[in-house]
Amino acid sequence: MRWTLWAPLLLFAFFLGLAGYQLSQPKEQFIHSTMIGKPLPAFNLEPASSTRPGVSLADFKDGKPKLLNIWASWCLPCIAEAPQLEALKEAGVEIIGVAIRDRPEDVDRFLEMHGNPYTRIGADDISAIQLEIGSSGVPETFVIDGQGIIRHQHIGDVRAGDVPELLARLQEAAQ
Amino acid sequence: MSAELGLAALWMAAALAFLQLAGGALAQRDAEAPLAALVRPAAMLQGLLALFSFAMLLWVFATTDLSVKLVASNSHSMKPMIFKLSGAWGNHEGSMLLWVTVMALAGALIGWLEKRLPEKTMQATLAAQGFVAIGFYAFLLLSSNPFERLPMPVAEGNGLNPLLQDIGLAFHPPTLYMGYVGLSVAFSFAVGALLTRQVTPEFARVMRPWVLGAWVFLTLGITAGSYWAYYELGWGGWWFWDPVENASLMPWLAATALLHSASVLAARDALRAWTIMLGVVAFSMSMVGTFLVRSGILTSVHAFAVDPERGTFILALLAVYIGGALLLFALRAGSVSEGRRFAAMSREGALVFNNVMLSAILGIVLLGTLYPLLTEAFGVRVSVGPPYFNPVGAIFTIPMLLVMTIGPLLRWREDNAERVRVPVAITTALIVTTALFVMLAAGNISLLPLLGLAIAVGLAVASLMPLRGRNLLRTPLSTWGMVVAHFGIAVSLLGMASESAFTEERLVAVAPGDTTEVADWQIELEGIDPVAGPNWTAMEARLLARRGGGEPHELRPEARSFWAPVQQTTESALLTRWDGQLYAVIGDQAPDGRWQLRLWWKPLVTLIWLGGLLIALGGVLSIIGRLASDIRRRSADRREADEHDDLAQIRGGRSGPAGELV
Repeated sequence: MRWTLWAPLLLFAFFLGLAGYQLSQPKEQFIHSTMIGKPLPAFNLEPASSTRPGVSLADFKDGKPKLLNIWASWCLPCIAEAPQLEALKEAGVEIIGVAIRDRPEDVDRFLEMHGNPYTRIGADDISAIQLEIGSSGVPETFVIDGQGIIRHQHIGDVRAGDVPELLARLQEAAQ
Repeated sequence: MSAELGLAALWMAAALAFLQLAGGALAQRDAEAPLAALVRPAAMLQGLLALFSFAMLLWVFATTDLSVKLVASNSHSMKPMIFKLSGAWGNHEGSMLLWVTVMALAGALIGWLEKRLPEKTMQATLAAQGFVAIGFYAFLLLSSNPFERLPMPVAEGNGLNPLLQDIGLAFHPPTLYMGYVGLSVAFSFAVGALLTRQVTPEFARVMRPWVLGAWVFLTLGITAGSYWAYYELGWGGWWFWDPVENASLMPWLAATALLHSASVLAARDALRAWTIMLGVVAFSMSMVGTFLVRSGILTSVHAFAVDPERGTFILALLAVYIGGALLLFALRAGSVSEGRRFAAMSREGALVFNNVMLSAILGIVLLGTLYPLLTEAFGVRVSVGPPYFNPVGAIFTIPMLLVMTIGPLLRWREDNAERVRVPVAITTALIVTTALFVMLAAGNISLLPLLGLAIAVGLAVASLMPLRGRNLLRTPLSTWGMVVAHFGIAVSLLGMASESAFTEERLVAVAPGDTTEVADWQIELEGIDPVAGPNWTAMEARLLARRGGGEPHELRPEARSFWAPVQQTTESALLTRWDGQLYAVIGDQAPDGRWQLRLWWKPLVTLIWLGGLLIALGGVLSIIGRLASDIRRRSADRREADEHDDLAQIRGGRSGPAGELV
């Protein structure tokens, strides 16, 4: 049974390989939604602001890819990403917002101060839709294709460097 | 200046580790090699220098020298002295310095004291110890320098994580490190024995007290850590199967197996290769644990020092040391013949069974700890917890505990079942009666706690049976050690089973003046007071707890706010009775002004840690017993040698000095 003497070394080599492989992998900080590739659930949200209409599933099924931005007036990173959303709007992207646990007057004040890139804004007062599409925080931005299928999830605020990536994802979703 | 002195001492210690390695290696070829004589002095001096370096680190922390980066980022001038000192090892760099200090001291001690083995084996052992130390010195000096200065001293330090500002932390890591790193001695002995092919009963006898010492510290460290998590984290739990806890449990399991297999090797000259492998595995588990914690490769509540680059460094060290030792084992262990045979029904048989079960539990804990790493490689994230560890571990723990009830009663080499019929019948009757009684009395109880309670009672009685019919005063201390340690296992098991079977919990919102109940306790919230500590302020609840309308006892749980660094913690309040503990935690204030209060009554929970202390005490008794018998044997040998010389002189040396007497 001489070969059994090599078993510990082989086991250890396996551990070493596994640990080495894992160390070389970039550490994934985010937990992505398992809803990617699946259709949006049915929903119908009241308007969150006096300036824009509310949102329903039908709004995503007009054949044109869109961004679904999960945000809130009380969220500081949402202020940071406002200029990037503005830039995306300038580039011709339609952005639909869902305001999480918010008040209409706060939403209006936020839009007045930081700009309004949205065509529609729904109010999700109990995070119901947010949880259903697998978003765990604000802000998050989803790419939804013309048939209402979730194609991509961006977790955290959209930085300047993320804009080209989102545009490319929208392009992909259009095909 | 002290930081520079500490750093210089560290470099010198590293150089001495090289000398120790070179001298020990050359001595293997030529016992008269000029460096061979320097191996022991190098080990001793290295230990002193490392100790000096660690003392310098304590000094810069004690004086809050804010020009040292480590102090600036982990300490604060306003901290109480004890936490300034414990802050020295409450961080990555400081704890690694503690690691090499313990390792160097262990090497120094064997270099100084251990004279029983052939010198060549000792030199190989010390060379291995030096070789391992070099890697950790390199790690410390090249990537984790604790004495690094800041270009500009800062005005005030960052403070220490408030969770770590606790008396528990002052002792938990150093104790655990003595255990972890103390096992490096077993590793070096195993490597030394493989190199010189000297795996003898004498080798096992020499190695055993060192392993016992490390094992005692490991036991104490785990026990203290578990109690610390229990009262400090405020979750009411005492073991979470967290990767870092597992990292301390795995070396303990391997060391426990090693102690038992070393007994077989010492007494019967069997299990040679197996003992060697356990010696390698025990310290390997310490290093793997360090790697898992420090690399951040697994997510853990202990993620205080995560750095992938350091992870790569430690992984390289693991590859060299564990890989090297296991390669040596694969090449050499075949030539270490298997030693003597024995029957299955014998003391050795029971010890082998214990070893197989302990190894299986070790394998299960290791698998559960590494499993998330494995699945993550395939893009799946999982977390492995009690639903896996508890039942799967029990599959092997329960048979092991059952064999433990009779193993110590068996004779070496061969025994027959007839002889132990009575004790086995008593133990079985106890286990069955307890199980039936608990089922009748408690009704709805899950299987594992039920088995735990029943086996705990059976084992508690069975563990005392080796004392039956002996003169207690003349029973060897090592036997006492075994009895106390096994009894401690039963005590601890009883606490665990009782805690998980009978704990009652209550979460309520109360206003001052309200009374609530948990188990047979009535608890009244008298009031909430603001209190201030040296570096925190807190809301402190005044609770009055009465049992069945009896005497009131006061409990004062706190919700603390630290301001350096800013963090909220909860300080639980415990009321200990002989039959359990009342555990109270105060939470946030609700908008309506009421306070969240969480209460537990945990019957017999303190037995968990009392058992841990008894296990460690058993280890201490055993060390004293072994050392005493060694000293006796050595002085007997010397006396015999002296008598032999005298006789020779009397008989043969008529012209010698003794001749005048004739």
